[in-house]
Amino acid sequence: MATARLSNHRVVIVGAGPAGIRCAQTLVAAGFKPVLIDENRRDGGQIYRRQPEGFTRNYATLYGTEADKARDLHESFDRLRPQIDYRPDTLVWNLTPGQLCCVSQGLHSTVDYDALILCTGATDRLMPIEGWQLGGTYSLGGAQIALKAQAVSIGHRVVFMGSGPLLYLVASQYLKAGANVAAVLDTAPLGLRIKALPKLMARPGLLFTGMKLLAQLYRAKIPVHLGISPLQVLGEAVSGVSGVRVRTAAGETLTVDCDAVALGYHLRPETQLADLAGCALRFDEASGQWWLDTDEEGRTSVSGVYAAGDGAKIRGADAAEHAGRLVALALLSDLQQPVDATQVTAQRQALKVMDQFRLGLAQAFPWPAAQAKALPDEAIVCRCEMISAGELRRTVSEKGACEVNRAKAFSRVGMGRCQGRYCSQAGAEVIAAAAGVHVQEVGRQRGQAPVKPLSMLTREVTP
Amino acid sequence: MTLNKADVVIVGGGLMGSAAAFFLRQRGQSVILLERDQIGQYASGVNFGNVRRQGRFLGQLELANRSWALWKRLPELIDDDLEFIASGHMRVCYREDEIAELEAYAAAPEAQQLDLKIYRGSELHARFPFLGKDVKGGSYAPHDGHANPRLAAPAFARAARRLGARIEERTEVAEVQKVNGDFSVTTTDGRQFSAAQLLITAGAWGQKLSAQFGEPVPLETNGPQMAVTEPVPYALPTVIGVYTKIPEEVIYFRQIPRGNIVIGGGYRSKPDMLNRRAYVEPRSILNQLDQMRRLLPGVGNLNIIRVWSGIEGYLPDSLPVMGPSGNVDGLYYAFGFCGHGFQLGPGVGDVMAELISTGSTSTSIEPFSIRRFASTAEQRSKAS
Repeated sequence: MATARLSNHRVVIVGAGPAGIRCAQTLVAAGFKPVLIDENRRDGGQIYRRQPEGFTRNYATLYGTEADKARDLHESFDRLRPQIDYRPDTLVWNLTPGQLCCVSQGLHSTVDYDALILCTGATDRLMPIEGWQLGGTYSLGGAQIALKAQAVSIGHRVVFMGSGPLLYLVASQYLKAGANVAAVLDTAPLGLRIKALPKLMARPGLLFTGMKLLAQLYRAKIPVHLGISPLQVLGEAVSGVSGVRVRTAAGETLTVDCDAVALGYHLRPETQLADLAGCALRFDEASGQWWLDTDEEGRTSVSGVYAAGDGAKIRGADAAEHAGRLVALALLSDLQQPVDATQVTAQRQALKVMDQFRLGLAQAFPWPAAQAKALPDEAIVCRCEMISAGELRRTVSEKGACEVNRAKAFSRVGMGRCQGRYCSQAGAEVIAAAAGVHVQEVGRQRGQAPVKPLSMLTREVTP
Repeated sequence: MTLNKADVVIVGGGLMGSAAAFFLRQRGQSVILLERDQIGQYASGVNFGNVRRQGRFLGQLELANRSWALWKRLPELIDDDLEFIASGHMRVCYREDEIAELEAYAAAPEAQQLDLKIYRGSELHARFPFLGKDVKGGSYAPHDGHANPRLAAPAFARAARRLGARIEERTEVAEVQKVNGDFSVTTTDGRQFSAAQLLITAGAWGQKLSAQFGEPVPLETNGPQMAVTEPVPYALPTVIGVYTKIPEEVIYFRQIPRGNIVIGGGYRSKPDMLNRRAYVEPRSILNQLDQMRRLLPGVGNLNIIRVWSGIEGYLPDSLPVMGPSGNVDGLYYAFGFCGHGFQLGPGVGDVMAELISTGSTSTSIEPFSIRRFASTAEQRSKAS
């Protein structure tokens, strides 16, 4: 019988955020018992991160406008939990065909799979700025984690700088939590937002939420500057950040005093595991970055490997829920299980709308590629290895490295603890500008294990 | 008439080919080097970076000594030191009877230039207090050291180019043959190159070309297993490796001045020769963690931040193929260095350049002749 075959089919989902949870839910409804592996101690992923046990903030405080969605996802997960093999606090650090290498609390184990669904999410997309290696410089996502998980602010007086929806979301979350928000400095000019309106109107509710966030900031008299050019994070190596300096849209130099700054330009996908599995990636023109090359339902180029959510394509948490359901349906269909066609159509329709919206976001809050070209030679590009833009440029001009991995081999940009998460996209822009070619031509940094640092105390589980 | 003609065409732009191109130009030969991918991309760029003489097959030390003299002169030769540091190399063992073997090696006449010193017991642990207590003895080579393999072949290729060598990357050779006294090399993009002399330095792909001249060799490909930790203060200048006959005990490490500890050894992986990529075997990294904790107990507090592999060519007797062809005049080989070619690189380039331009070399390379595979005589491993 079909159920007998099903119970033998090992389906493993990596990531318990909105995509992973909705995927698991859909598979459980079809009679599967998937393994759900998550690096975090609790479910919810990044945007719906659950606070540690013992913390008692309510949903409205923690998730603001997203409180209802967060509660719904968490409740779904709690109902699901007895019906799945849930493995929290577990890092998938490497894989081989059909097998994941996991480490949890210092113990190594393997998990075999017949089908693998990667819901690995995203991290901040960053563009270097002179002085960003000073203590007190965070990513927007890092600033958000500090608040959500630990109920702490990254500083006494915080500047939020960059672009994209997360800039306003995190600033308003800080404001709401009672933090002193010194300024919100957005590189995107107002004009682009107006041009992008037709696409953004695909999701009027979300557009309205965004406007509400902005209104809150204005009401609290937080200085908000649009169309700025970041110049420098000010401060000293010992004492850390003391301010930021930018050029305003009007061309004036503006200095804002602060002791912490959160930076970010929207998100980049976590594709390392897919890359190690041999999945193809493709360059997305609209966002100017490499995404997993999946079909509309989440099938990668490798048979049996699927992907959903921001780890495949940056479309946000709502889209991740739809993509999680859709990828589960795709797997069921591939396994010749009965699939409700109207369900598939509904998810695809929803995602189409979100695709339109994400194009609007990319237009309204563009990745500031030109900043890489303007970056002074002294500015650090790779914070882990402390490699400057000038050193990276010299690998192009003196050593002929016109490809990201080659430039990495010569310069060490992307070789450090973060494994290029925070510098390789900007590094690619610096290399492309120095070589005078389109950023797509310099390629992307290949993923290498371990996906995150692996403790040398790690031991194999002895049966 | 063709412009694609030189005194010597070199096939394969790893460290051997790049160094040979450089030294051939120094001797006034015109050179075209053809590389299928990028200079130094495979075995040359991903190895451990050991600039080690001790422990080699004794008949290889003359070549290794010649290479060592060149390593010392790199800045004046190629305007790059390749981060070479002659910081000393320590070969340690876990058993008393292995100390006797290390002593015998140190006493060999061929090893005299290495100035090896044997340590054991409390003297060893006083000199290297960070080593685990299982370590019973060791052989210290004060002049050996380490360098950065990622930089080596590209730096030699740049130096060769400055001297006038023509270097063609992303140029794959489809066929080689000798026609009317000249070698004719056809590439997959349809170009033709010709030269009176041909040097095959194609590493793990060397036997494909030697076979086209009727000299097949039993070359096997393996992926080395490398890992690196996050940086910590520079405290371990000596390269340390374990001497053992138990494969999983083989482990070696070096710390670079910026702080990271580079680790290699243990099981090798089988490369994907179709896509030309080699992956690290997870079990090999786990074994490295075990072995490192045994060798250097303090290392447990660190994290591995990256692992990598590459594609190396191995021969059954663990010796390379190096020297003139046994069949064809003007044809030379230098490939299949069995995972220990990095230190030899400059010396191999120098010897091959001498051999090709003068017809002979003052350094003994007879044990590496391809003719040893012409007979079916039983081969046995001569190196450790």
